[in-house]
Amino acid sequence: MEFDLNEEQTMFRQMVREFADKEIAPYAEELDGTGEFPYEIQAKMADLGLYGLPIPEEYGGAGADFVTYSIAVEEIGRVSASLSISMAAHTSLGSMPIYLFGTEEQKQRWLVDLAQGRKLGAFGLTEPEAGSDAGATRTTARLAAGEWVINGTKCFITNSGTDITSHVTITAVTGEHGGGKEISNILIPAGTPGFDVAPSYRKMGWHNSDTHELSFTDCRVPEGHLLGERGGGFKAFLKILDCGRIGVAALSVGLAQGCLDESVSYAKSRIQFGQPIGRNQGISFKCADMLVEVELARLATLKAAWLADQGRPYTREAAIAKLFASEAAMRAANSAVQIHGGYGYIEDYPVCRYFRDAKILEIGEGTSEVQRIVLSRMLGL
Amino acid sequence: MNIVVCVKQVPDTSDPDTEVHIDGTGRGVDQSKFSFVINDADNYAVEEAILLKEKHGGEVTVVNIGPEAANQVIRMALAKGGDAAIRLDDEKFAFSDVLATARLLQSAVKDGGFDLIMAGCLASDDGYGAVGVTLAQLLGLPHAAMVKTVEVIDDKKLKVGRELEGGLLEMNEIEMPCVLTIQTGGNEPRYASFKGIREASKKEIKVMDLGATGLAEDQVGEAGSCAIMAQYSVPEVGELAEILEGDPGTTSARLAEILKEKGLV
Ligand SMILES: Cc1cc2nc3c(=O)[nH]c(=O)nc-3n(C[C@H](O)[C@H](O)[C@H](O)COP(=O)(O)OP(=O)(O)OC[C@H]3O[C@@H](n4cnc5c(N)ncnc54)[C@H](O)[C@@H]3O)c2cc1C
Repeated sequence: MEFDLNEEQTMFRQMVREFADKEIAPYAEELDGTGEFPYEIQAKMADLGLYGLPIPEEYGGAGADFVTYSIAVEEIGRVSASLSISMAAHTSLGSMPIYLFGTEEQKQRWLVDLAQGRKLGAFGLTEPEAGSDAGATRTTARLAAGEWVINGTKCFITNSGTDITSHVTITAVTGEHGGGKEISNILIPAGTPGFDVAPSYRKMGWHNSDTHELSFTDCRVPEGHLLGERGGGFKAFLKILDCGRIGVAALSVGLAQGCLDESVSYAKSRIQFGQPIGRNQGISFKCADMLVEVELARLATLKAAWLADQGRPYTREAAIAKLFASEAAMRAANSAVQIHGGYGYIEDYPVCRYFRDAKILEIGEGTSEVQRIVLSRMLGL
Repeated sequence: MNIVVCVKQVPDTSDPDTEVHIDGTGRGVDQSKFSFVINDADNYAVEEAILLKEKHGGEVTVVNIGPEAANQVIRMALAKGGDAAIRLDDEKFAFSDVLATARLLQSAVKDGGFDLIMAGCLASDDGYGAVGVTLAQLLGLPHAAMVKTVEVIDDKKLKVGRELEGGLLEMNEIEMPCVLTIQTGGNEPRYASFKGIREASKKEIKVMDLGATGLAEDQVGEAGSCAIMAQYSVPEVGELAEILEGDPGTTSARLAEILKEKGLV
């Protein structure tokens, strides 16, 4: 067994942590208030290679492993869930589908800009009538005169409407197969006529991540924009979600760590009844529990990432990590606000934002219930 | 332009949890709970060296005196754009003062044919602020201390700006080869990219022990020092100090009172 990060990963963690502390943390609260997408910080992160970590160098990426990727998502997530999810969704949902299922030509055309962070990518699976039941997709894509004609609506799509969004890959019904729906993935460039991006949602948290409803009305793209095999869409998105779950798990670890750090420092400095509140076991035990959960969540996440790096199956471990880490993050955020008392309810204190940012972790990329469904099935139940 | 930049690994004092405790010998501090970083001024020196290299070509060699654990700061400098590295490491180097430290650095750089040698102007741990200029003396080279800006005039000369009291900038011309000690704030130290970090792990760090330096045992460490560190102590709380206790509301009110009483506000 080897629990240590290697030298490269250790240095990388140190670098990302320093970057997060100096270049993001001081602005995170103010940014959150604006609700705007932080293009400047995004560009700085791109310069460091953070937007194409697991993409090979031949496609403009860093050629890093998933452990390294998890480290980056965690360290950015420790100070800003918005920037972390934007980077993670771009990588796992925006870029990986093209890397995993694209033709060489598609990779050259789309992946290089994405991996270098000059462009952002999105993946549109969720629909108003197809959430957890993603296979219930109603969006259709009909082949006519060498073009796909797309009609339908997608909702809650991350990174889909920024100034630098290059495309959204969507799942659509392309026909019938053996009595069932034939689902395929199709790549839609931003700005294609008939592809409308609704104004941003007013979200509880993740204020600086970009989320929109998308509608397609007789939207036409060339036949060559099919990503992967026709009819292979369902299998493909299950694979994409596995990778996405490592990202959400890592972000959850970062957010929980942020809650722990803030709580410990507040518990040491806040004096009530003549002593720091952390001297009360009612407070210190909350911190101890948080520490345990952060550590376990990180181990579970890195294990899933490590399995992915070995080229081994990791569906089970990714579901375990995502489920445990996201719920741990929610518990940590809840405790952190409690430890801060009334101040925790005020935006001047980061835990207030962490609390709002935490809830979605139990929902996106498969709800906690969906993770439990995945794991129950693996138990033969 | 071939540049040397000297870097030191120091305890991270920006970390609020860093508490300094004197160890049992009385001549050291307990380092077990420290995290370590590159000395702040050295970080600016590294950036200046890499900026010069990017503009004018050449190579940057990173030089450090430290244990294997110091590879961390060396590799980070390599990841940002350094090309080669030398680490001076021997237990006989312990307790080197300014002179002995400069001698060690001299042994590492004297035969390299370097045009420019840079170091931070001050280390945040021992605070000597003299190693760079002593090194210049030993090498018989001109130097400028507390440098904030560096411009290349031609392949023989540099124009360097020294920031003085009150923000006054003193511009000097200096001939190469020379030694500059760099102060903080003159540039914006970059972050290493992932690619840089990956490439750094392939670069060699040449390790020099006492034998490799060509120095005698009595020229290094305590034996080679003219100033010997005798003992650390924590200042005693003086009679005149008053520690205010209580919650921030009470203590700040009391503080305001005292300031007013003494006519300070
Ligand atoms: C900010 C944000 C960003 C997002 N980004 C993206 C994106 O980039 N791309 C994308 O495709 N989607 C994205 N989503 C969508 C997200 O993945 C879905 O919201 C999520 O999968 C749940 O779907 P739903 O909202 O339709 O909930 P529903 O599926 O309607 O679920 C409602 C509740 O019922 C539970 N439930 C459903 N079925 C079962 C069952 N069989 N057993 C037990 N409980 C069940 C659920 O767990 C949940 O608690 C995003 C969502 C948000 C809020």
